[in-house]
Formats: sequence, structure tokens, C-alpha cells
Amino acid sequence: MFKIVKKEVLNPTIVRLVVEAPYVAKKAKPGQFIILRAYQDSERLPFTIAGEDPEQGTVTIIYQIVGAGTLELNQLNEGDELSDFVGPLGRPSELEGLKHVAIVGGGAGCAIAYPLAHKLHELNADVCSIAGFRNKDLVILEKEFEEASQKFIKMSDDGTWGEQGFVTVGLENEILARQGKENQFDEVIAIGPIIMMKNVVAVAKKYNIPCIVSMNPIMIDGTGMCGCCRLLVGGKLKFACVDGPDFDGYEVDFDSAAERNTMYRDWERTKYEEGCNLLKEAK
Amino acid sequence: MAFNMRPTKNPMPTQAPEIRKHNFDEVAIGYTQEMAIDEAKRCLNCKNPGCVPGCPVHINIPAFIAKVAEGEFEAAYQIISESSSLPAVCGRVCPQETQCEEHCIRALQKLPKKDENGAMIKDENGKPVMVQGEAVGIGRLERFVADYHREHAAVAVPEIQKNGHKVAVLGSGPSGLACAYDLAKWGYDVTIFEALHVAGGVLMYGIPEFRLPKAIVQNEIEGLKRMGVKIMTNMVVGRVISIDELMEQEGFEACFVGTGAGLPRFLGIPGENAKGVYSANEFLTRVNLMKAYQNDSSTPIQHAHNVIVVGGGNVAMDALRTPLRLGAEHVTCVYRRSKEELPARKEEIEHAEEEGVVFDLLRNPVKILEDRTGSPSPRSPEYNPNYGNVIGMKVQKQKLGEPDASGRRRPIPVTVEEDPDAIYTIPCDCVIIAIGTSPNPLIKDTTPGIETNKHGCLIVNEENNETTKDGVFAGGDAVTGAATVILAMGAGRKAAKSIHEYIQAK
Ligand SMILES: Cc1cc2nc3c(=O)[nH]c(=O)nc-3n(C[C@H](O)[C@H](O)[C@H](O)COP(=O)(O)OP(=O)(O)OC[C@H]3O[C@@H](n4cnc5c(N)ncnc54)[C@H](O)[C@@H]3O)c2cc1C
Ligand code: SF4
Ligand code: FES
Repeated sequence: MFKIVKKEVLNPTIVRLVVEAPYVAKKAKPGQFIILRAYQDSERLPFTIAGEDPEQGTVTIIYQIVGAGTLELNQLNEGDELSDFVGPLGRPSELEGLKHVAIVGGGAGCAIAYPLAHKLHELNADVCSIAGFRNKDLVILEKEFEEASQKFIKMSDDGTWGEQGFVTVGLENEILARQGKENQFDEVIAIGPIIMMKNVVAVAKKYNIPCIVSMNPIMIDGTGMCGCCRLLVGGKLKFACVDGPDFDGYEVDFDSAAERNTMYRDWERTKYEEGCNLLKEAK
Repeated sequence: MAFNMRPTKNPMPTQAPEIRKHNFDEVAIGYTQEMAIDEAKRCLNCKNPGCVPGCPVHINIPAFIAKVAEGEFEAAYQIISESSSLPAVCGRVCPQETQCEEHCIRALQKLPKKDENGAMIKDENGKPVMVQGEAVGIGRLERFVADYHREHAAVAVPEIQKNGHKVAVLGSGPSGLACAYDLAKWGYDVTIFEALHVAGGVLMYGIPEFRLPKAIVQNEIEGLKRMGVKIMTNMVVGRVISIDELMEQEGFEACFVGTGAGLPRFLGIPGENAKGVYSANEFLTRVNLMKAYQNDSSTPIQHAHNVIVVGGGNVAMDALRTPLRLGAEHVTCVYRRSKEELPARKEEIEHAEEEGVVFDLLRNPVKILEDRTGSPSPRSPEYNPNYGNVIGMKVQKQKLGEPDASGRRRPIPVTVEEDPDAIYTIPCDCVIIAIGTSPNPLIKDTTPGIETNKHGCLIVNEENNETTKDGVFAGGDAVTGAATVILAMGAGRKAAKSIHEYIQAK
């Protein structure tokens, strides 16, 4: 049903899949996500839609091999079929009307940030992309960002790619450079690890710039049925899968979100190691 | 035929509580043929039976029971299936004690008590000791008949004359399955659109294996497929495709919306986002649909020691009994009214008690307490892997006041002035919230012309289950809010009839 038509390794742990899913391709909008199951009885894994081709009926996703679930997904190759693929889920990002936007992506979060940059570029917005990676070996989508942005700021923790430092440094410098000018940012969009998003929000807040973040809590159904994706936003419970995944960064309780994401940390680690060992034995 | 005048029901053979609380196998084992015939003979075959009007779908109860008494089990099945399309399910999960069995004449009679030899037992004054009769075990007989049919009848591939009309059914819970069944039988080309990766709705993701084996649900679904019903999973209507698109572009002449009431409510108290706090839907979905009870499952679940479940309905009973089977030592039900008001089926409450569930009644949660000792960081020497986990729940005692709108007595908080111990803490490492669900707003939000009431339930014409949108019908929990399998099934069948009339009149 959901055939993998293309599989591309972007860096040692990040992979791009193009999947045949005509219904999803017809409806997908930037910021929405899908949930897939690799095999029957696999976990339901959520991934942001990284691109779609309604004519070909295909949808692109990018995943990072971080746990047992993605390790298992990575066993599938071009020509194989996924057991399930449902979407588009969640609310699309609100991009209309934005003129000067900073898109901040951290690590694998860049895979989610890129389609937004691309879409905004298409809408003729002035896009400044700020991407951060631990080191140059982990960089993904460099060319794509380059093409979709008026300005592309590269940051790495160890200085092997672009400037050394966190994305917050790049962002703050750029905000200062544009301060009082016509091209000052009317919005910052941040996607990446929770701690990064929290820090980006702090910078944006300092300069009074609205900041949207894209949350990725643990999910099961993705339709509002289980409530396991709930977050505290402005003191109220919100379900990321139906009310999000985008939220006003000023309102999100990042600490509680970070905590909830560690709910199954030990279990995940054991499963992942088991998975790795099985693969080694198989080889 | 001689009636059996024993006042009591044949007990249902079950797995012993000590054993069953450690496994996910079905609790009830089912009647043998002998037990079923014996029980069936307790039915008086009333001229004006009380049971039939008590049944939401008016199964001809005395007729099917008479067939059981004669040992004609397949004939009994045929009588039930005139009115019900899911007897194996309903025989297991229906609240018979408030439906058919509540009105059974045998439950209203007092009869003399007899000893093992059939001799009347008398009191010291020489008067016979009388006992309150029990209803005929209608539910147990229904279950027996359905199981007999599944195990003995040849798999039939029905010959159906197709009529060429296309109908879409949204949701594959009992309402959707029942609607699809009737429409397919009448020749319609039916497609079920289901949001999840398997069909069955709450029967698959909510009600646990030990109460309703999933193989039974899948057997019903296979039967539908044999009738030519197409089932498309992974189709969240409203996101993947809209009702308007189904009707305008995909050629469906009518739609049935049976999308249930799947949106869980939370308490809105501090600490509800702590690790170890689940909605019942999440906990049960992980265990049932995602099979977290199997050791090699790819879905994690917390194996808690000390679990509190908030709520007192069927969902709460399932949420209480499931963690026991995952190894929990203490499981406590916190409910804000008293035992009389517990909305769950009586049998489930009894089963839960037998398995060691503690009922802490007239208590209302006020706060969930979290572990804030040590550090959340694995790199810190003070690392505490349980940082942010639930460690307890603060509850407040309640007393009962006047009946409220629901007719049940309203809980009123006991103040600390009235009782210095009115607020106290129950330790726990997991909280499951089972205080109800409401319909998901997705269908309403994505379908112009569909209206809902203030609870988010779809508004329908009670005569024919048509919504406020032409050609769109609805039924089950999506219309009533969380209710029962039998009501959902009945609504699905009623809507099928209306859809049939609607299309034939076009
Ligand atoms: C844990 C639990 C225990 C229960 N125990 C009992 C019991 O003992 N006895 C009893 O009588 N009742 C019980 N109930 C209630 C009973 O299960 C429900 O009343 C009944 O299942 C409702 O049927 P339904 O067809 O309306 O909806 P559901 O069974 O809820 O099915 C709805 C289906 O629609 C799907 N869906 C939702 N939105 C969409 C969409 N947009 N597009 C496509 N598909 C969609 C859902 O995924 C689901 O599969 C219990 C419920 C729960 C949760
Ligand atoms: S009311 Fe009881 S005794 Fe009478 S027909 Fe119904 S089941 Fe039989
Ligand atoms: S993932 Fe289940 S409600 Fe959001």
C-alpha cells in the first residue's frame, strides 16, 4: 500500500524517505505530520511532512534513527511497503502574511524547519534560516536551506561548520543587526530539541518578537483520542496532535514537556540496545 | 415442558480471581450446553414479557430462550440476529441488570428456598423461607448462543444482489459495524473509513481482552468483509478526506457518522501533566490496541506498583483491572459519590472487588503530587530517574447532597472545619483518569452544515437519525456521548434503515 519509492541517507543517522501515499499527498500542508507503522505490530511513529507531490502521490518524511522504532523503520528499503501511513494530521502552520521571518532549526529539527522555509520563500517572504548542528558531519539539507533563504546562518557547537555557538547566538546577532530597520523580524519560528526552543523563545521575548514553536511530544493515535501528547500551554491542557503541533512559544511550559518526553527513557534505551544487538547478530 | 423453578441463576463459570488477575485471558468461561439448557428452562415464556421492552433493540428474548431450552442453538441464534448484529459482543458487555434482566418476571418473584434434595427449608415457626428470585441469565444465554454459532456454523458466504448505490460509514465501532452490516445485506456498496490502523473502535482499543477477546471482534469484522464491505483503515475523515469530498467527488450517496466519543476529559487539577498520569484511553490503548501486555511489544507501558484510577464507570473498572494484570500490587478506585451511584456494570464491580481492587469512595482528587527530589539530569550525581513522576494524590472527602440533573445525589466537599482529616494524601506511582469522554470536534469542524449541541454531540432527527446535513446520518456515542455498545449498535441499524429509505426515495 505505502511503498517506499526513494530512500536517501542524509547523514549517518538521518534518512529521507519518499513514500507513495496519494490521499496524504493531496491534502498535506506545511507543519502537518503523519503517523506510520513500519510493520504490523510496530509502534505508531509520528513524523512531520517534509514535502509532498500531489501529482506523483508521494509524501516525503525525514527521520533520525534515535530509538528502537526508527531502527526498525530503517530496515525497510526502496520498494518495500510500510504497513500503515496516516495523515495529514495536526493543524497546518500559519504562514500567510509573514514578511520577515527567522526560521531556527536545531539538529534533526532542521528537517521540520526546512519545509516551512521553502513555503515562506514561495510566498515571497524574506526568510532568514538559522541552522545549528553539533558538528559538520551531522549537517543536513544545506543546499535546500541555501536555496529557500535570503540569508542562511550556519552554527555548530564545535565550529567545524559555519560559526561556533548555539543557534541563539546567531539569532540574537541577526535580530540586533536588523533592529529598527525595515527588515526586522515579525516572527521567529523555532524547531528542534525542547531546550533549544526554550532558549530561542527567551531571545525572541527579549526583543518582543512573536515566536512559534513546533512541539513533538510522545503520541499514539494522533487524532485526539489518547491525550498522551498533552502539553501545558498558557496554563491549559492542549493536545499537540489536534491543537498543534505549532504553539505560541511564549505560552508553552517547556519544562513539563521535556519531562513528559522522558517517560519511557529507560525502556527506550533497552529496546534500542536490543535492536542494535539483533542487527549485529544478523550481520 | 417443565419449567425450572430454581430461584437463582446458573452461576457463570469464571477463572478464579487469584489466577485471572495475573493473566489477560477472558474472565468468564461461558456456560456448557447443559448449563445453558438448564438456565433456559427457568424462562416462563411470558405472554407479555418484561424483558423485551427492557432490551434497547427488542430481541425476541422468550423465543430465543425457548430454542435454547430445546437444544436448538442455531435456531436461537437466528432469532437473536433478527435484532442484533453483535450478539457475541453484547452478551459479554451489555449492562443486562439495568435492561432486559431488570424487568424479568423471575427477578420480581419470591420463591421458597429449597435444600439440595429439593425439600423446602422452613423457619422455626414452620413457615417456608422465601428468597428473592434472580432474573433469567439472558445475557449469559445470549453469549452462549453466539459462541455456539461461531464455533459450529459453517462460514457462510452470502449471495447478495448488489444495488449499485454507494454508502460511506465513518468509524468502525459497534454503530458503524451494525450500519454497514444491514446496508450490505440490502445490496449497498459499503465502505467503512476508520481513523486507526484496525477496525473495531472501542471494542478493539478500549475494552480489554479479558472481558472481550479481540478474536471475537475480528470474527465479526471478517464476516462483514465476506459480505463485500470494504474497510479502509488509516482514514481520518476530516483530515485525509472530508465528508463533502466523499459525497461530491467519490460518489457516496449517503454517509453514516459513527465516530464515537473518543476525546478524553481531564480533571484540570495541578500535577495532571506529571509522568505516570494517563487518561484511561491512553492506558487501555497502549495495552489493548498496541499490545503492550506482551513482553515483546514495541509499545511501552508503565508497570506501576500502586495505581489510582479516578472514576467509577465501566472504563474505570477496565482501567483498574488492567494494571493488576501488569503486576501492580495495589489498585485503588477514587470516586466522588458512593457505591450506589457507581455507573459501572454490577458484574464488573464485583469482579474488580474479587481481584483485590480497593474502593475509596466519596473522595475527590484535588492535586497530583510529583517527585521533585534530586536532579532530572542523568549526568548529575544527584540524578533521580523518577524525577517528575507521580508520588501521590491529594483527595478531599465528599458527602452526598440532593440529587442533581443526572438524578444521582450530588457530591459536596467535606471541609477541614467539619473533619480535620477531610483532605489527605494517598501514595501512588501511577494515576489513570477515567472521568469520561466527549465526541471529537473534527467532523463538526470540517463539515459545513453539521451541527452539534453544547456537549459537542451531533444533532440528529430522532425519527431517522439524520443530521442537520442532507444525506448525512449519525448514531452511537457521537450522538449520545459515551453510552453503551447496544445503544450504538441499535442506532447504527436505525440509521441504516433511514439511509435505505433516503436513497430509495431519491
Ligand atoms: C474502556 C471502555 C469500556 C467500556 N465498557 C462497556 C461495557 O461494558 N458495556 C457497554 O455497553 N459499553 C461499554 N463501553 C462503551 C462502548 O464501548 C461505546 O458506547 C461504544 O463502543 C460506542 O460505539 P460507537 O460505534 O458509537 O463508537 P466507537 O466504538 O467509539 O467507535 C468509533 C470509531 O470511529 C473512529 N473515528 C473517530 N473519528 C474518526 C474520523 N474522523 N474518521 C474516521 N474514523 C473515526 C474511531 O477511531 C473509532 O474506531 C466502554 C467503553 C470504553 C472506552
Ligand atoms: S421476562 Fe424473564 S421469564 Fe419472562 S420471557 Fe423474559 S426472560 Fe423469560
Ligand atoms: S496523540 Fe493521542 S491525543 Fe494526541
